[in-house]
Amino acid sequence: MTGAATDVALSVEGVSLSFGGVKALTDVSFAVRKGLITAVIGPNGAGKTSLFNTISGFYRPQSGDIAFEGRSLSGSAPPERAKLGLARTFQNIALFRGMTVLDNIKLGRHAHMRTGLLDALVYHGRARREEIALRAEIEERVIDFLEIQHIRNAPVATLPYGLRKRVELARALAMRPRLLLLDEPVAGMNREETEDMARFILDVKEEWGVTILMVEHDMGMVMDISDHVVVLNFGQVIAEGAPAEVQMNPAVIAAYLGAGELGRRLRSPEAA
Amino acid sequence: MRIGTLKTDYAADEALFDTGLQKCLLALALAGAVLLPFLASPYWLFLACLCAINVASATGLNILTGYTGLVSLGQAAFMSVGAYTVAVLEIHLGTPFLLNLLAGGLTTALVGIAVGIPSLRVKGLYLAIATIAASVVLHFIFSHWALTGGVQGLSMPPARFFGVTMDQPFQLYWMIMPVTMLMVLGAANLFRTRVGRAFIAIRDRDISAEVLGIPLLRYKLMSFAVSSCYAGLAGGLWAYFFRVVTPESFPLVNSIFYLAAIIVGGMGTILGGILGAIFMTMVPEVLKFGAGLVTPFYPDALALLAPVRTIVFGALIVGFLIFEPQGLAEIWRRIRRFFHLWPFKT
Ligand SMILES: Nc1ncnc2c1ncn2[C@@H]1O[C@H](COP(=O)(O)OP(=O)(O)OP(=O)(O)O)[C@@H](O)[C@H]1O
Ligand SMILES: [Mg+2]
Repeated sequence: MTGAATDVALSVEGVSLSFGGVKALTDVSFAVRKGLITAVIGPNGAGKTSLFNTISGFYRPQSGDIAFEGRSLSGSAPPERAKLGLARTFQNIALFRGMTVLDNIKLGRHAHMRTGLLDALVYHGRARREEIALRAEIEERVIDFLEIQHIRNAPVATLPYGLRKRVELARALAMRPRLLLLDEPVAGMNREETEDMARFILDVKEEWGVTILMVEHDMGMVMDISDHVVVLNFGQVIAEGAPAEVQMNPAVIAAYLGAGELGRRLRSPEAA
Repeated sequence: MRIGTLKTDYAADEALFDTGLQKCLLALALAGAVLLPFLASPYWLFLACLCAINVASATGLNILTGYTGLVSLGQAAFMSVGAYTVAVLEIHLGTPFLLNLLAGGLTTALVGIAVGIPSLRVKGLYLAIATIAASVVLHFIFSHWALTGGVQGLSMPPARFFGVTMDQPFQLYWMIMPVTMLMVLGAANLFRTRVGRAFIAIRDRDISAEVLGIPLLRYKLMSFAVSSCYAGLAGGLWAYFFRVVTPESFPLVNSIFYLAAIIVGGMGTILGGILGAIFMTMVPEVLKFGAGLVTPFYPDALALLAPVRTIVFGALIVGFLIFEPQGLAEIWRRIRRFFHLWPFKT
C-alpha cells in the first residue's frame, strides 16, 4: 500500500458502503498518484458513481477512510472538500440551467472568493475588483483553453449535450482543482467530440498539472489516455494496474463477458 | 445605429447598465422620480409611496423565492416585525428615523434567520407552511404583548428630519423613494457577485452547489436574512407612512399579494419585483378610475367595484401563470430586443 507516500493525491482505504441491503462498495482500496490520470472502469452498477459520491462527501461510508494529500476527509462536508481542491463533473451533467455559461463557470470559483453579503450589496470596491479579476481569469484560463468563447453568454439550457459536458468541465476547472473527478466525461458523445474531450483532459493533466480520476466506459479512450486503471465489479476492486495489463487480466475479461459491447471494446480498444 | 453589442473590456461587460439605451432610460426614470413630487397631486404621491413600499418588500421576497427558490408566505409578517420595531423606537426613544429603519431591518433579519432554519430540511409547500406558522406566532405575540399595544396596536408620531415633520405624502416621498431605490440597487448588485450566484445555484440544483463549495444552510439563511431585512425596512417605511401599526395591518393575504406580485412581475429578475409590485398596487386604482368614468352612464359602477376587483385580480394572476409565466419583465425584454436590433431584424 502506498497510502503514506508523498506522490499519492488520494488514497481510498477499505471503503465499504451499502444502501440498506445493497452493497455498493466492499472494502475498496486504491491510490491515485499525483499528476497522473487514473481511470475507474467496471460494468454498469459496479459502484463507480457511488465511489465518486463517497469521495465528494455525499455518502458516508460504513467503514474505511479516504485521505486527500495525506489528510483524512472523514467528517468534512462536500463544500469543505471543494475548498481543499476537489472538483468534479457528474454522469448526468449538473449545470445550473437557468444561468448562462459564464455564470456557471464563475460559480466554480465560489469557494476561493471573499465577497461577503455587505460587499455584495454595495458592490463598488471589493466586490467589483474581485468580479473583474474573476472574469479576466476565467476568460483567459478557462474559456480560451476549452474553446467555448462563442457560447459564453448562451443560457446552458440551449446548448447541445457535448458542449454542456465541456461547460461542466470548464466549471470544474474554474475551481483551480488539485484533483479532478470526471464521471463519464465522454458518455453519449460522438467520435469527434470524444477526441476533443480526450485532448482537453490530457492538456489539463499536462499543462495544469492536475491529478485526474475518471470513470469511463469508452475503453478506447481509457486505454489511450490513462496511466493507471482500477477495475470495479460488484463493488469490489478486482484488478488494477497499467492499461495494457488490466486489459489482459482474465478476471477483468470475465467480468466484462456478460457486458456484450463493452467486453468487445475492452478486447479491441482500437474499435472505439 | 447599433448592431448587437461587441465588448472588449471586462469591466464594461460586468456593468449593471451596459448599453446606451439602458442608461438613457435609467436617467429618465430618475429624473421622473425627482420631478414627480412637484407635479403630482397628494393622491398620486400617496400611491407612489405605496408602490415604492411594495416594491421594496416584493424585491426582498424575490431574493428569497424568485432567486433562491425558497417559497415563503411570511413576507407580510416580516414587515410587521419591522413596523413594530420602528413604532416602538419612535414612541419610546424618539431616535432618528434612519436609525429606526435600520434597527427594524436588522431585527427582522434575525427573525427571518430563525424562521429559515427549517429550510435545510423542508422545501416547497412544506416550507411555505412553516412560514405561515411563523406568521401566526408573530401575530399572536404582537396582539398579546404590552410593548406592542396588544390588539389596539400602536399610534406613533411622525418622523422628523432637521426640524421638518414628515407627515404629508410630499415629505414622506423623500424618505420612502430614496430608501427603496437603494434597496433595489443593493439587490441588483447582489446578483453580480458570488453571493447572488450562490442563491441561484441553490435554486437550480442543491447538490452540485455543494460540490462547488457552497454551504447550503449558510446561504439559505443568508437569503432569509436579506429577504426579511428588506421586509423589515419596507414595514418600517409602512409604519412611518400610516403611523398606526396593529396586528391586523399585515394579514396573511398581504403575503399572498407579494407572492403574486413577483409571479406577475417575473420571478428571479430585479425588474420583475419592481414591475409586479407597481402593477399589483395600481390595478385596483385603475379599476376605480375606470368605474369613475362609467358612473355617469351606469350609476352602480362603484358599488360593483369591490367584487369585480377581486375577480379581475384573480383572473390576471391566473392569466399570467398561463400565458406569460416569465412575467412582465419578460414582456419588457421582448420589447427591448425588438428595438435593440431594429430596423435590421424584427
Ligand atoms: N442512492 C442510492 N440508493 C440505493 N441504491 C443505490 C444508490 N446509489 C446507487 N445505488 C446502487 O448501488 C449500485 C452501484 O451504483 P452506481 O451508480 O455506483 O453504479 P455505476 O458503476 O456508476 O454504474 P453506471 O456505469 O451505470 O453508471 C447499484 O446497484 C445501484 O442500484
Ligand atoms: Mg455511474
